[in-house]
Amino acid sequence: MSAKDRSKEGSMKAITANRLRDGEVVFLGKDGVWVESFAEAALFQRSEADAVLADAKAKAEREQFGVDIYAFEVVDEDGVPVPATMRERIRTAGPTVRLDLGKQAA
Amino acid sequence: MNHIAPGARAGIYHYDEIDRQFVAERVEQFRKQVERRLSGELTEEEFKPVRLMNGLYLQLHAYMVRIAVPYGVMSATQLRKLAEIGRKYDRGYGHFTTRQNLQYNWIKLEDTPAILHELAEVDMHALQTSGNCVRNVTTDPFVGAAKDEVVDGRVYAEILRQWTTMHPEFTYLPRKFKIAISGAESDRAAVRIHDVGLLARRNDKGEAGFSFYVGGGLGRSPFVGKLVREWVAEEDFVAYLEAILRVYNQYGRRDNIYKARIKILVHELGLEKFTQEVEEEFARLRGPKYRLDPEIVEGVRQHFAPPPLEELPDHSEALERAKASDPAFANWLEVNVAEHKAPGYAIATVSLKPAGGIPGDATCDQMDLVADLAERHSFGELRVTHVQNLVLAHVKKDELYDLWKRLDAAGLGSANAGLIGDIIACPGLDYCALANARAIPLAQAISARFADPVRQRTIGELGIKISGCINACGHHHVGAIGILGVDKKGTEYYQITVGGDPTLTTEIGDILGPAVTETEAVDAIEAIVDVYLANRTGEGERFIDTLRRVGHAPFKERIYAAD
Repeated sequence: MSAKDRSKEGSMKAITANRLRDGEVVFLGKDGVWVESFAEAALFQRSEADAVLADAKAKAEREQFGVDIYAFEVVDEDGVPVPATMRERIRTAGPTVRLDLGKQAA
Repeated sequence: MNHIAPGARAGIYHYDEIDRQFVAERVEQFRKQVERRLSGELTEEEFKPVRLMNGLYLQLHAYMVRIAVPYGVMSATQLRKLAEIGRKYDRGYGHFTTRQNLQYNWIKLEDTPAILHELAEVDMHALQTSGNCVRNVTTDPFVGAAKDEVVDGRVYAEILRQWTTMHPEFTYLPRKFKIAISGAESDRAAVRIHDVGLLARRNDKGEAGFSFYVGGGLGRSPFVGKLVREWVAEEDFVAYLEAILRVYNQYGRRDNIYKARIKILVHELGLEKFTQEVEEEFARLRGPKYRLDPEIVEGVRQHFAPPPLEELPDHSEALERAKASDPAFANWLEVNVAEHKAPGYAIATVSLKPAGGIPGDATCDQMDLVADLAERHSFGELRVTHVQNLVLAHVKKDELYDLWKRLDAAGLGSANAGLIGDIIACPGLDYCALANARAIPLAQAISARFADPVRQRTIGELGIKISGCINACGHHHVGAIGILGVDKKGTEYYQITVGGDPTLTTEIGDILGPAVTETEAVDAIEAIVDVYLANRTGEGERFIDTLRRVGHAPFKERIYAAD
């Protein structure tokens, strides 16, 4: 089953952005706080994600915090939530060709 | 500003006070624009076009800034500054691009004014590396040194830089606009895949002039540039280009980004009608205001005066001894070194494609080393090639062995220029926000598979080019073997094309069959190579020639036999 097929079956969503001042990839965490690690990202039901995203966009613009804010699919892999697409997996970790760079290097 | 500009180096354009003041003003403007964005005075919607006009993109992991290397030529001082910036503001490396520029992938918005300020100290900037303007004009990386050169493309590329920067009519074009100039018999600048491709020539009187090819380009709709005028005299060079850009500005589509490039306009209007429009505009423009004064040309040419080459015998005993004693060096010499127009000198290509490495990436330490070697062996200047390598253009044959040993010790001595290991790959999904699939891992796997230098020499000239999306930054359409990464329901697949050709006999490659997985792709490339080797008439028949002779069938049969 492909990542996208998996994502359609009861998947959740996370909300992400790039931090304005330095471009760092961030995720919306609990209580509306932006966090740098995907492990700390809040997960939302598909039905509620649109409303949360709209609020997050408005707040981030108001506070000049983040840009390019959007929601992405998260799937369950062996009990661990992971981004459904390769693109978001790379954003949450770093380049697959430089394991010494990005969040994976921390 | 603490100006430490390159000084009197041969072959490098020296800024005058107007250039310097203009760049400094742009840096200060951008500094204020960044401050206004960070304070919330500017929204992202307002700020985005401004940052793009200063070469600043937002990519997957961070901001990316693309630095202009005008026509791919820079000084050792400038390269050292790029290394310094890479250490100070990025992660210790940079990526050389197919537009002969350099980009950093881990930039902070708040640092960019300081970066641009530091660049301005060495007469560099990030202008015209993004947005719907005339982008960095590219030319032959062997310019000023090649034995087959007829006209020095740097002179006219620099004239275009001055003509197009801040030109009000060229600042909001329907889409980006790329120009390449080649002044040699061999096309090393891929001119016919550009919006405007210029072949500089000389007539019977020895006067310089240009053939204008228009409407080439890759991306979603690849086209080979069409000959619009066989001969444009030097004095009409600027006027004719302006006429083309005016016609494009007037008729180019702004309603659909996928149909906005000039190639679509040329295609939809038809060559005859397009040419007629250009000629009419040219007739209106022609006159004193647009005449390119020979004195101006001569003034620019002075900047590119030949370096103080010594009178040397063409034969180098030291070189012959080194060649005989070190087979790895002898191989590099055969593959990466080209003939110089002056006896006793040679042109050396520094490969940024080690087996299993990332095409076009160089660490800051490597940049410093190449800068040192450029100082020591090539009059302090170097070039970036559109295939993502570097070139030292004026090396004494006597010194080639010393040069290679130092390069090789730093991982820069690969002997693969023009061979299967010399792969172009865009940053792909590992970095790029537009990509659908990764390009770099496939390039690494292929170059590792074909790492053996003897095997590479046996295969001969064969360009592999990989793009991570249909925008084709990796030039896959003109790869003898091209690879396009696609996303199929969340999984990366790779579509293989064959028969592309970036030289004057330009061809767009044909799709060989259904896309394959990443693992299958490396085996498929090897199978294509095996079929070529089995079918070629001899070592002199290049891959592209065998393909043209035997057609696609044997290749398809081998790859897709099991389907």
